[in-house]
Amino acid sequence: MPSVMLKKNAEGKLVFYVPKKDLEEVAESVEFDTQDKWGGEVLLGDGSKYYFEPIEQPDFPVTLRAKRLDSGE
Amino acid sequence: MAALTREETEALIQEVLEVYPEQARKDRAKHLAVNDQSLEKSNKCITSNRKSQPGVMTIRGCAYAGSKGVVWGPIKDMIHISHGPVGCGQYSRAGRRNYYVGTTGVNTFGTMNFTSDFQEKDIVFGGDKKLAKIMLEIEELFPLHKGISIQSECPIGLIGDDIEAVAKKANKEIGKPVVPVRCEGFRGVSQSLGHHIANDAIRDWVLENRDGDESFPTTPYDVAVIGDYNIGGDAWASRTLLEEMGLRVVAQWSGDGTIAEMEKTPKVKLNLIHCYRSMNYIARHMEEKYKIPWIEYNFFGPTKIAESLRKIAALFDETIQAGAERVIAKYQAEYDAVIAKYKPRLQGKRVMLYVGGLRPRHVIGAYEDLGMEVVGTGYEFGHNDDYDRTIKEMGNATLIYDDVTGYEFEEFVKRVQPDLIGSGIKEKYIFQKMGIPFRQMHSWDYSGPYHGYDGFAIFARDMDMTLNNPCWKQVKAPWKTEESPKVAVAASA
Repeated sequence: MPSVMLKKNAEGKLVFYVPKKDLEEVAESVEFDTQDKWGGEVLLGDGSKYYFEPIEQPDFPVTLRAKRLDSGE
Repeated sequence: MAALTREETEALIQEVLEVYPEQARKDRAKHLAVNDQSLEKSNKCITSNRKSQPGVMTIRGCAYAGSKGVVWGPIKDMIHISHGPVGCGQYSRAGRRNYYVGTTGVNTFGTMNFTSDFQEKDIVFGGDKKLAKIMLEIEELFPLHKGISIQSECPIGLIGDDIEAVAKKANKEIGKPVVPVRCEGFRGVSQSLGHHIANDAIRDWVLENRDGDESFPTTPYDVAVIGDYNIGGDAWASRTLLEEMGLRVVAQWSGDGTIAEMEKTPKVKLNLIHCYRSMNYIARHMEEKYKIPWIEYNFFGPTKIAESLRKIAALFDETIQAGAERVIAKYQAEYDAVIAKYKPRLQGKRVMLYVGGLRPRHVIGAYEDLGMEVVGTGYEFGHNDDYDRTIKEMGNATLIYDDVTGYEFEEFVKRVQPDLIGSGIKEKYIFQKMGIPFRQMHSWDYSGPYHGYDGFAIFARDMDMTLNNPCWKQVKAPWKTEESPKVAVAASA
């Protein structure tokens, strides 16, 4: 359950940052991305997958807990 | 000597690795790579931020070095107690040349050494009482200090002293910030964790001090310079450029910085990060908590300066954007003259770097402005994200080495035959004795500043001064040079 810092970059894409792993990656897709529901499976540029409990659209940047589903290797 | 091809560089790495025992070879192989610009992520080719192998010569520092020496030390109006035996503080005292203005010993304390000088009895009975007494003594002797930080040395963690409790009590007694920093040297694999611990201490003990206090008048152009340690005056050379383009620099972290500036940083509009490795943590924290965006910039060499000024200006309105253009135009004649003077003398020279923090990638542009080429680079304590940022800056098929060992570095230099090496003091004399020009690039070899347009002129002069120094021709014994006539030994005997 790594803590993940999420922010939007200049292009409006979601940037994923895991401090302990120095992992900085742009998210390719987010399962739920509407105003009242955000989260689910997030696919990163390096092929790894993370899961967030769906919540209301958070105010980025924010740190959330994620579950790692697939390391992409 | 012609540049090595990809195959040759790979072969060189294999050759160098051969002397190691199997386990060490397997481990070290992960830290050496041939640059491939097509890669997006460095973790495909290089591993970093791992524990050094026992038995090799590494030039890494410790967490205490990262916290006291790098992040906290330059904050000039605070007193930084090296808490523990005397050596750590004394041997790291004032060596980094973080310049500051002020009267040392009265209102600034940058080059002084404060230590609790642990003795056996402090290890046995604990040093908390001594620490509490020291802080009262400091308050009496140096009443103009603005705060105290307690920089833990190894024994503090080992004997389990409760420096936080002492700090809280002292804070009440003297009414100034007292910051305990748990930066014992044994934590982590290098000074890098010390930076992180120091950043976290700032976050927990300093940054919130003025939350809710809106008395500080702000402007839309407030910025903070983060991760510039004012080595030889670097931060000043950077600050002038930012101010000339119309920005207001509220805080300098931490070269020539004060605790008041740090407390005001949450009020700025943008954080400018120079040394990403040592201060990205606090920038990310401020982004999340105070919604302050941050960007990385690079003030080495005119190409990168212009690029960075425009990148910074793009986040502000037209007046700043015009200001950036004005600054670039203003200095153009100056830096064109520098390039015209030194480029012919330095053109085509090849450089190998091995330093820490931001320099292995940031100075590449400055060398390229002078027509030089960086053929090898590496970080002492970089992480993956540093190498991600390095791949694009370096040429294809150049060497990249992480936490390089003394042996590897020497062997690489023997084969690559660079014209100049930029690394630390521990490497300096080895390479000078090998007859290779060398610059100590940690604190600019007692020169500087190197940031900004002013710094570039000094940088160019220094590189020329070192590279074209006539002494290098004298290093080889006359009978070993090719020109010397082959005199038969028997004839003179």
